[in-house]
Amino acid sequence: MAESIPADAMHAHDDHHHTEQSIWSKYVFSTDHKMIAMQYMFTGMAMALIGGFMAYAFRMQLAFPGIDVPGYGTVTASDYNALVTNHGTIMIFWVAMPVLIAAFGNYLIPLMVGCDDMVFPRLNRLSYQIFLLSAIVLIASFFVPGGGFGGAWTAYPPLSAKSQYSLTALGSSFWLVAVALEFTAFLLGGINFVTTAMNARAPGMKIFDIPIVVWMIVVASILFMSSVGPLIAGAVMLFMDQNVGTAFFDPDKGGDPILWQHLFWFFGHPEVYVVLLPAMGITAEIMCVFARKKMFAYKTFLYTTFATGILSFTVWAHHQFVAGIDPRMANIFTVTTLLISIPIAEMCFIYIATLYGGSIRLTTPMLWALAFVAEFLIGGVTGIFLGASGADIYFHDTYFVLAHFHYTFFPIAIIGTFAGFTYWFPKMFGKMMNDTLGKIHFWGTIIPFNFIFIPLFVLGAAGQHRRIYNYEHFPELAGVEMQDMRVLATVSMLVMLVFQLVFFYNCFISWKKKQKDAGKNPWKANTLEWTTDSPPPHGNWPELPTVYRGPYEYSVPGREEDYFPQNVPD
Amino acid sequence: MRPIATTRMAAGIPTGRLAIWWVVASEIVIFGGLLVSYIMHRLAKPEWGDHAANTNVWIGGFNTFVLLTSSLSAVLAHKAAVNGDGPKAAKLLYATCFGACTFVVVKALEWNMEISHGFTISSNTFWSFYYTAAGLHGLHVIAGAIIMLIIAETAKKNLELHRVELIGIYWHFVDIVWIFLFPLLYIAK
Amino acid sequence: MSEHAEHAEHEVNYVKIWAILLVLLVISILGPFVGIKVVTLITAFGIAIVKAYLVAKNFMHLNIEPRYAVYLLVTMLVFMLLLFSGSAPDIMKQEGRNWVKPEIHVEAQAPAHH
Ligand code: HEM
Ligand SMILES: [Cu+2]
Repeated sequence: MAESIPADAMHAHDDHHHTEQSIWSKYVFSTDHKMIAMQYMFTGMAMALIGGFMAYAFRMQLAFPGIDVPGYGTVTASDYNALVTNHGTIMIFWVAMPVLIAAFGNYLIPLMVGCDDMVFPRLNRLSYQIFLLSAIVLIASFFVPGGGFGGAWTAYPPLSAKSQYSLTALGSSFWLVAVALEFTAFLLGGINFVTTAMNARAPGMKIFDIPIVVWMIVVASILFMSSVGPLIAGAVMLFMDQNVGTAFFDPDKGGDPILWQHLFWFFGHPEVYVVLLPAMGITAEIMCVFARKKMFAYKTFLYTTFATGILSFTVWAHHQFVAGIDPRMANIFTVTTLLISIPIAEMCFIYIATLYGGSIRLTTPMLWALAFVAEFLIGGVTGIFLGASGADIYFHDTYFVLAHFHYTFFPIAIIGTFAGFTYWFPKMFGKMMNDTLGKIHFWGTIIPFNFIFIPLFVLGAAGQHRRIYNYEHFPELAGVEMQDMRVLATVSMLVMLVFQLVFFYNCFISWKKKQKDAGKNPWKANTLEWTTDSPPPHGNWPELPTVYRGPYEYSVPGREEDYFPQNVPD
Repeated sequence: MRPIATTRMAAGIPTGRLAIWWVVASEIVIFGGLLVSYIMHRLAKPEWGDHAANTNVWIGGFNTFVLLTSSLSAVLAHKAAVNGDGPKAAKLLYATCFGACTFVVVKALEWNMEISHGFTISSNTFWSFYYTAAGLHGLHVIAGAIIMLIIAETAKKNLELHRVELIGIYWHFVDIVWIFLFPLLYIAK
Repeated sequence: MSEHAEHAEHEVNYVKIWAILLVLLVISILGPFVGIKVVTLITAFGIAIVKAYLVAKNFMHLNIEPRYAVYLLVTMLVFMLLLFSGSAPDIMKQEGRNWVKPEIHVEAQAPAHH
């Protein structure tokens, strides 16, 4: 059988390099992992702009209730619901996942483990196509009669199941189908990532020679694959409730709405780690390179990740403390939730220990990586309050929760992405980015970010509830002080959005050859992707590499250079 | 066309088979979620036993027999493929497909009968689960049969014989799901 | 190819396994006719587990696959057990939550809707 022949020597696909490719087969129907990564990356970024625009529209409404939002119009109550719902859904399923897992996973896994492509290139292409379709279906949901779904990204029934409540019969089903398609795309992608990393490693690359970011993406994919099943089953049931007249979640007819919450959060909590881990991995790579130090406690970091992964399956009901769940179970889930902060804290300590005593270079990617740890920490620490079932009864569904999870998701999806993107940009496009512009963009994003969400912590602690489109209707929440904080958050968001222009400008001029060529290894890094051309050719290397050591041999004593690439023989 | 990556085997299982195990793993949690939901309801509601009494054990049993037998032909197809006998493997795969078709046809007749007796998907939550679980499983049967036809087409020409085993593993998994659905929906009353 | 030689070594008689499966099937169908609940449950679910085990082991060849394939599948089952034990206390105790829609409520809503 073909599998058992060591075919590295055979060069089975020489013809790759010679065939003329049309624009279609090169950019649209490509099976090359790097092109698919770019497709995911740019689709994800486009969706981020859409999700960000939604945030802009509804934040304007909150700060200046009733105004004619420039570029959008008046935000009605049902508009507001649809915007918030789809903002959340888009940011998690169409930004964080495609960029962090699919784009970086596709780009990095084959390059970092030293092979020529994913193991199933056509499956990979199919995965992107399904993903694109899912994005189109989601956007289409805004244009069907009744408008987009407004029942929150958690889609709790009965609101999501019954159109007489949600008033968006079609919008709800479109939303659900879009999410289900997205899951399918990521199941296909996940199988590909895991199989590639397990089987297609370069000769000599042992299990502890795999770069952390590859590990993280693989563990994230495994978490995704093993947690999403019940929600897929739940989505099928919800779809039938919406369209066929079943009553799985309708208490009136013997169903149970709490069941949906369990199915949703059994997936929903591991999902947090699904997007967190790749960002953690990106951070680890960047820190080692720019501290010129070996990763502190590589194996401990891995074992900690596994522990986190397993624990993440035992905490889900902390989202349901006020849903009327069994209080004894609430106790158990409190304990597990507080437990899971231990491994995550441990990982943060490992970062700090890696930095300690290093010769740190504060390049743009390094700034992003450091900011990731610092900001994520705030998100993590505030989670402790919410994990305690007693405190959560007060905090639940307030802006405190909202600020908490934005302090986790924003570092993950935005800071992590910028970290990875600026770090690998030279490899992806063969050009260095402008560092000054990069730093302007960095500070212009980080400072406003804190000014958006710290006021929201305060508002939440003062009792401001989520998912309310106009606080003027709540006299105790409509005071001048609270309104001022809302304005502060919104203005900061506007500032942050403006600074994103710097990023796009930077990308554009860097790509337009105004910057110097990156060369193969501009950061003097060890991992395999830096041993090939930038950007890498189809097939990645003329001759696939062999691995001789772990990925983080920086500043090895007795060596002239302070780095020691994985593919250089002793 | 196939990248070198596909031919490597660092984890000790050929790539195709490794991927199938991950497919099966993620399918386990899909059916698992559905069945766990059903079992929780079922244990809490003894009256569902009365609803279940309206299902037809003989039809369910016959379909179990069909699937078990089709699993046998799938594994025999694999054996033929291992021995390099593509045409024989293809024939056995067609036999498996025949089993799949029988299963689906019997299922359709059974549903038809139940619906005509007034037990529809929206009658109550038991019947909702009954149709949803069997329907989801039925979709897997149909998908499996289609893939099997494609694989048989190439196997006939002695090409890509390793795929016979892959579809076989998937097919046995579909069989196992039914092995559990059968007592859950038909026998426990 | 070596791997196939391995398959051949461990060759099991597939037809025999199939025959055992059929016998088990017949028992599980006949079980309920005894009319004792425990017997029904044991014959139904005990036998389902045995059947699944036989198919997984002999037809899916998990007996000769590297161990971690089995661990992978078993882990998924453990996750399902987890899902069950975390949710069952809520889903199986519904009395307090199975509210009946009060008539007045419906009437009060109606005019507001035009
Ligand atoms: C541009 C920066 C962002 C701003 C200003 C922002 C603002 C907001 C606000 C104000 C809400 C709540 C509205 C309400 O409950 O009435 C919200 C909801 C949400 N956001 Fe963001 N957000 C931003 C970025 C992100 C990112 C990057 C993610 C995740 C990757 C994210 C995920 C969510 C989720 C999941 C919800 C909950 C939606 C729901 O209630 O169903 N957001 N966002
Ligand atoms: Cu959680």
